[in-house]
Amino acid sequence: MEAYLDNSATTRCLESVKDIVVKTMMEDYGNPSSRHRKGVEAERYLKEARETIAATMKVSEKEIFFTSGGTESNNWALIGAALANRRAGNHIITSAIEHAAVIQPMMYLEKLGFCVTYLPVDGQGHVSLEDLKAALCQETILVSIMYVNNEMGAVEPIEEIGKIVKGYRPDILFHVDAIQAYGKYRIYPKRLGIDLLSVSGHKIHGPKGTGFLFVKEKTKIRPLILGGGQQRGMRSGTDNVPGIAGLGVAAGEAYQNFDKKVGHMYELKHRMSKGLCKLPEVTLNSDDGESSAPHIVSASFRGVRSEVLLHALEDRGIYVSSGSACSSNKKLPVSTVLKEIHLERELLETTLRFSFCEQTTVEEIDYCLEALGELLPVLRRYTRH
Amino acid sequence: MFKTFLIKYGEIGIKGKNRYLFEDALVRQIRRALEPVDGEFQVYREQGRIYIDSDGLYDFEETVEALQRVFGIVGICPVMKVEDKGLEELGNDVIEFLSTVYDMKEQTFKVDTRRARKDYPIDSMEVNAYLGGRILDAFPGVSVDVHKPELMVHVEIREKIYIYSKIIPGPGGMPVGTNGKAMLLLSGGIDSPVAGYMISKRGVKLDATYFHAPPYTSERAKQKVVDLAKLVARYCGPIDLHVVNFTDIQLYIYDKCPHDELTIIMRRYMMKIAEHFANETKCLSLVTGESIGQVASQTMQSLAATNEVCTMPVFRPLIGFDKQDIVDIAQKIGTYETSILPFEDCCTIFVAKHPVTKPNRNAIKRSEQKLAEKIDELVQTAIETTETIRIE
Repeated sequence: MEAYLDNSATTRCLESVKDIVVKTMMEDYGNPSSRHRKGVEAERYLKEARETIAATMKVSEKEIFFTSGGTESNNWALIGAALANRRAGNHIITSAIEHAAVIQPMMYLEKLGFCVTYLPVDGQGHVSLEDLKAALCQETILVSIMYVNNEMGAVEPIEEIGKIVKGYRPDILFHVDAIQAYGKYRIYPKRLGIDLLSVSGHKIHGPKGTGFLFVKEKTKIRPLILGGGQQRGMRSGTDNVPGIAGLGVAAGEAYQNFDKKVGHMYELKHRMSKGLCKLPEVTLNSDDGESSAPHIVSASFRGVRSEVLLHALEDRGIYVSSGSACSSNKKLPVSTVLKEIHLERELLETTLRFSFCEQTTVEEIDYCLEALGELLPVLRRYTRH
Repeated sequence: MFKTFLIKYGEIGIKGKNRYLFEDALVRQIRRALEPVDGEFQVYREQGRIYIDSDGLYDFEETVEALQRVFGIVGICPVMKVEDKGLEELGNDVIEFLSTVYDMKEQTFKVDTRRARKDYPIDSMEVNAYLGGRILDAFPGVSVDVHKPELMVHVEIREKIYIYSKIIPGPGGMPVGTNGKAMLLLSGGIDSPVAGYMISKRGVKLDATYFHAPPYTSERAKQKVVDLAKLVARYCGPIDLHVVNFTDIQLYIYDKCPHDELTIIMRRYMMKIAEHFANETKCLSLVTGESIGQVASQTMQSLAATNEVCTMPVFRPLIGFDKQDIVDIAQKIGTYETSILPFEDCCTIFVAKHPVTKPNRNAIKRSEQKLAEKIDELVQTAIETTETIRIE
């Protein structure tokens, strides 16, 4: 049996996504910038994708810009907005538990002379609204907070943050990294006071190398990628028609039977959390309940290095992440978010993330729990001295 | 302008009647090294020299790099090959050659002519004198120095005439395949690929054994070893890499023996298993990357304890090297970057905080007696389940 429980790292493409990707590669392969019929045909796919995506968030299709994925969306939103609003001030606020695709651009902006405040989080991984209020100042031009944390599934109070930011001064831009949230939550940027929102395609059964940035109309932002003037000059480069068409289909599908899918994922999460709690010396880092994301469970296994447990599970066809897959290649893969929530030092290196999608089955969860039950005692017997 | 390379080789010259074996091996290795390089090459021996001709387009840099990985080559001379159209024309060719390769200003030089074709009408000394004069006329600042010239201009008169002066250093050593085959114990570290390189430089073909301990070591750690083997294979030719699943043996030792002896006992079994494959594949020795005192398992006492389980000679080409010396070579041969990728290897996963540094061989043997019940079976299983990967 196989159990793919690493859906926060990436997901399998939907059949319908694959079909449209193949069609736009093999049949309707024109360049939307071409004047002839083949170009017009290809352009239709972009329009359709843009409309589908815009509808999922109740925004205008003019506010959707396609990118090469979540990382580019975050980079563009942050660097593009900071540079365009430099005259208004040089202070930016974010949280300490953002993904590297936010933290690294922030550090780059610091080198350019911007001043960045990193808000701490509490034991559940939530930023405190009081801290935010205290950090806002006349110089603040941009606030960037993630919707769902990728390592432990904590959901940030986006609506309240939007209110506080816009209440303080309406022209402060609010960016949300929604890469782990899109498709799991109904996100309406206009109601939440969001100006910029990043989404990645491959986390929602779309192709890798695709994503978009929502940019609210009239938002001051500079393009980062210059060239042939595609996407109204905001993001040049020949449009990735197969990727965008696939992303459109994936986005549309994500919000079909939405409540049922989310309900199913919460059931899986509950089953997993309950099962983990029954195992000896396991600490659950994620909340079991609807206050955190439906698809992420984080747990620490005392006395077992996560690398080893991960490979032992892999041996049985079970695929999970240690910490966050994106940060696993670093020399010291100690998770910032887990450190931030003050997880004991000893537990930091023993943490695994299990992440689901609506296709994940109860059988997969049970199979994983059973494997853990068998492996943990064996692995705990052999340790370094 | 360089359509030909003249290959200089060193030690082969002194091998007496076996000389042709070495030369043939060198020609074979050169052909192999040039296979992936763009261009058509003819490699041939002529009057005690090896030449490489390329009449079409080829990538000069890439060709030189490939040749610099062929053991046995001492020098690579890019040669200008010209038709024999008389002495005056030859003078023009030499001047063109020098002005393209050097910025002839104030160098001292000497012309060294060899007349392999004895029916050439003018003798070598006369050719030297004539060409020397032409060069002095053509480049006002230069002068002749017959004892220590900065530029040595070589002219070889054969069917065609070969002009060269630059000698690009080769790696030296002896052509792979002239000194048998050895089994390298390859880990993911910095040392063992360097040890393989050093032995191979002496003309030795290599096979390798790697000990894999899933789930404690990952697929990526194994991939890293495969990548390292590929890098070493650029020098030594195809390697058969034996990947041994060592987990059960390791855990069994962990269960039965004192933990501070774990590494030593483990290494003794690694040597035994490597020797098994070495015998099977007709290797004549084992090769490790050990150097005295580098870690607990590499003290002289520890080396003696791991050495005694083998009957085959164990070569440790890095035995007297400092770590930095090894790192320097690893960087030179291109294995360093891969070696430092942070994946755990099986020697470190259960390492004790204070492993024995002066193991008593009798004590080790007593500890090993505790393994008697199952160890032979486990070793047998490990050997039977070993995966062999052909690295080209």
